[in-house]
Amino acid sequence: MTVVESDITSQTFDVLIIGAGGAGLRAAIETRSRGLSTAVVCKSLFGKAHTVMAEGGIAASLGNVYPEDGWKVHFRDTVRGGKMLNNWRMAQLHAQEAPDRVLELEAWGALFDRTDDGRIHQRDFGGHKYARLAHVGDRTGLEMIRTLQYKATSMGIEVFMECKILRLLTDSSGNICGAIGYWRPSGDLILFKAKAVILATGGIGKSWKYTSNSWESTGDGHALAFQAGADMIDMECVQFHPTGMVWPLSVRGLLVTEGVRGDGGVLRNSENQRFMFNYIPEMFRAETADTEEEADRWYTDHSTARRTPDLLPRDEVARAINSEVKAGRGSPHGGVFLDISTRLTPDEIKRKLPSMYAQFLELAGVDITKQPMEVGPTCHYMMGGVRVNADTEAATVPGIFAAGEVAGGMHGANRLGGNSLSDLVVFGRRAGMGAADYAESFSGEPEPDMKQALEAANEAMRPFSQENGESPYTLQADLQDCMQNLVGIIRTETELRQALDKISELKDRLGRMAVNGGKEYNPGWNLATDLPSMLSVSEMVTMGALERKESRGGHTRNDFPGPDPELGKVNFVQRMRDDQHVIQPEPLLEMPDELKALFEDEH
Amino acid sequence: MSEVTMNVWRGDSNGGNFEQYKLERVEGEVVLDVVHRIQATLAPDLACRWNCKAGKCGSCSAEIDGKPSLMCMTRMDTLPNDTITITPMKTFPIIKDLVTDVSFNYVMARQIPPFTPGDPEPDGTYRMQQVDIDRAQEFHKCIECFLCQDVCHVIRDHEVNKLYYAGPRFFVRLASLEMHPLDTVDRRALMREYLGLGFCNITKCCTEVCPEHIKITDNAIIPLKERVVDASYDPIAWLGRKIRRKSKTTAEEAYELAPARVAPTSLDGIPATAVEN
Repeated sequence: MTVVESDITSQTFDVLIIGAGGAGLRAAIETRSRGLSTAVVCKSLFGKAHTVMAEGGIAASLGNVYPEDGWKVHFRDTVRGGKMLNNWRMAQLHAQEAPDRVLELEAWGALFDRTDDGRIHQRDFGGHKYARLAHVGDRTGLEMIRTLQYKATSMGIEVFMECKILRLLTDSSGNICGAIGYWRPSGDLILFKAKAVILATGGIGKSWKYTSNSWESTGDGHALAFQAGADMIDMECVQFHPTGMVWPLSVRGLLVTEGVRGDGGVLRNSENQRFMFNYIPEMFRAETADTEEEADRWYTDHSTARRTPDLLPRDEVARAINSEVKAGRGSPHGGVFLDISTRLTPDEIKRKLPSMYAQFLELAGVDITKQPMEVGPTCHYMMGGVRVNADTEAATVPGIFAAGEVAGGMHGANRLGGNSLSDLVVFGRRAGMGAADYAESFSGEPEPDMKQALEAANEAMRPFSQENGESPYTLQADLQDCMQNLVGIIRTETELRQALDKISELKDRLGRMAVNGGKEYNPGWNLATDLPSMLSVSEMVTMGALERKESRGGHTRNDFPGPDPELGKVNFVQRMRDDQHVIQPEPLLEMPDELKALFEDEH
Repeated sequence: MSEVTMNVWRGDSNGGNFEQYKLERVEGEVVLDVVHRIQATLAPDLACRWNCKAGKCGSCSAEIDGKPSLMCMTRMDTLPNDTITITPMKTFPIIKDLVTDVSFNYVMARQIPPFTPGDPEPDGTYRMQQVDIDRAQEFHKCIECFLCQDVCHVIRDHEVNKLYYAGPRFFVRLASLEMHPLDTVDRRALMREYLGLGFCNITKCCTEVCPEHIKITDNAIIPLKERVVDASYDPIAWLGRKIRRKSKTTAEEAYELAPARVAPTSLDGIPATAVEN
């Protein structure tokens, strides 16, 4: 079946937002409040975005629990956690604006857990000097998405549910001014014309076998922007969350919130040792407890005791768990033990960590008020992404804005827990402002090139006319095996090269995919249209990982085990130029002296 | 390894029938895992919704051996039979296979006047005590799986009631607003006159199927009914309003605050579009 122009219906808006998670909805609230017509498109039902899975909390230096906290401390924690690779301006704006965004959520109806004096309670988390995460038990993301969802609903924002975007489209002068996609229920094509497009598509975890991410996290926004010619940075920096479930196999990778450790959970190996004491890196030695006694005391006394190594940044903990398992000191199902039952009473556990309690009881038959959990690293978060202007979230291609996980720079080489939810609302709002300014100055009507739309549509429909082709599910499984085994938590040049070969083979096989059934709600076909994005981001991650010949944050090279100070001064930038995928190092933005001074007390 | 037979409803709005799929049992699996294995190996076009696979998003609602459940939280080893039947939610129109059109819920969501807080403290922030938000936090646990809507006989067995009945999910939503310490809007007359609170005859089916274990009937619906009765029929409250010349918010006034309303005169099935305020 060949698609022709009359097969495509079109709609026109000032701003098109792709993704209805925290960033997309916050952006929509901003553009709508400026009076601009706004469409939000999402692959799932409204309110099901991956934000809903966020558990532990939203980081903001409100100072409700520790009044000595402030944006500069949060900024410093974020950049040190990111191994100094962060876009300093993004980290600064994030630390400065996060408290206002949290209070704004409260004014829109969110009910965060309270302190004794009736303010928002804040919990400890890895890499944050002070207890800083506003939270709702262990279901903070749900609270956030529901709050934003109903705020958006109250403003009359149109949400186009179950709609997949295939390609961004340019006008005759090369500016992005729309997108082509299809409705998942009907399979019918839809063309969005818009003056500005905001990407808020989230992460890429679905390219790995064990991930905390849902089926939606196929890197669509990363791939769309790259294809449109935008600069991508830090694509090698993928975060493996240290604590995913490891058993039963069917839930392997499912997230176990860092809040378990924030609230007192400790990691042990099969020899019952608190092994994290053996993995304290030089950078954090001065501020980390070196005895169990001091670490235990820290939970109630942050002033005379140093923090427990169980709460080192995620990259450190994930690598430590990986090493313990490799050394034969793992748990029966290939993880390590995480125990909260010795620190909190059953009632406290059920109150502070209700969904962890239910998740282990119902899915693994483990009662975490009595037994330790088995946990291991799981592919969790993409630090890299679309290179944006920190203040406006504009990408390097006119008409594209990006916010949330799809944007790069904010988190450097490793993200701190709790900084993602705050990232969504801080930069979601800013992307909304940036796109609104851009749309308001746009002259004329958006006129995307129909030829590009037809090309993308026909490519998407190709698997229907393929005879005896391959199942998209087989391709997906092969890709996931490849990324899991060859581009995982510890990388080496030989394996990365094998991965590139495999990805190139899989790209060839893309064209031979076949699907059966009709185009109405057809998961096989839907997967076939997600696979190009998955392959594109997998290739970018692998190429970035090959080029960065050092270990930094979420990127660890077995053949280059330490950081290289010179490489710490550059982003690896990937882009399409003249149909060629190019990658090159480019210097980081220079941090102003007054901010540099915040890091001078360390050596 | 033993075998299991999955009896899955396949079809669309024009009708359909059950297809049988035989698979090996795998230790620790939930129903959604088996559906995914069917997709990957036997029927790649089998439609079902899912996202988080952890009971947090509420996408994979279906009826498993007749019971409205989340497929991702129903372990295979808790189901006694060797043949397991999966059907789509009955209350909503079929799109395809296990996927239903749940837009009724999104239409209803727009008929509820939004959260409207009072003035903050002088420092611009709000104060609330934990004890005052415990109940509303229970309602905020709702993952919008719509299983309570599916099981509620008011709309499950009487399609026409969808015009006049918000359903358990939105009674929970209304209760969360009513019991929010900062909210200032009075939605009681609206609940009574347009959102069908009185239709619920507290059979508690919704509470039974709620995967978040929200006590929908006891903690949300019954207290709402009491508040509505107080507002409408309490002679002392009536006298108080007369003396203070302060009237409660009427249903019409409350509707004005909602993002949209369904035209109440339309009786031709479910209105496809809401009337924007």
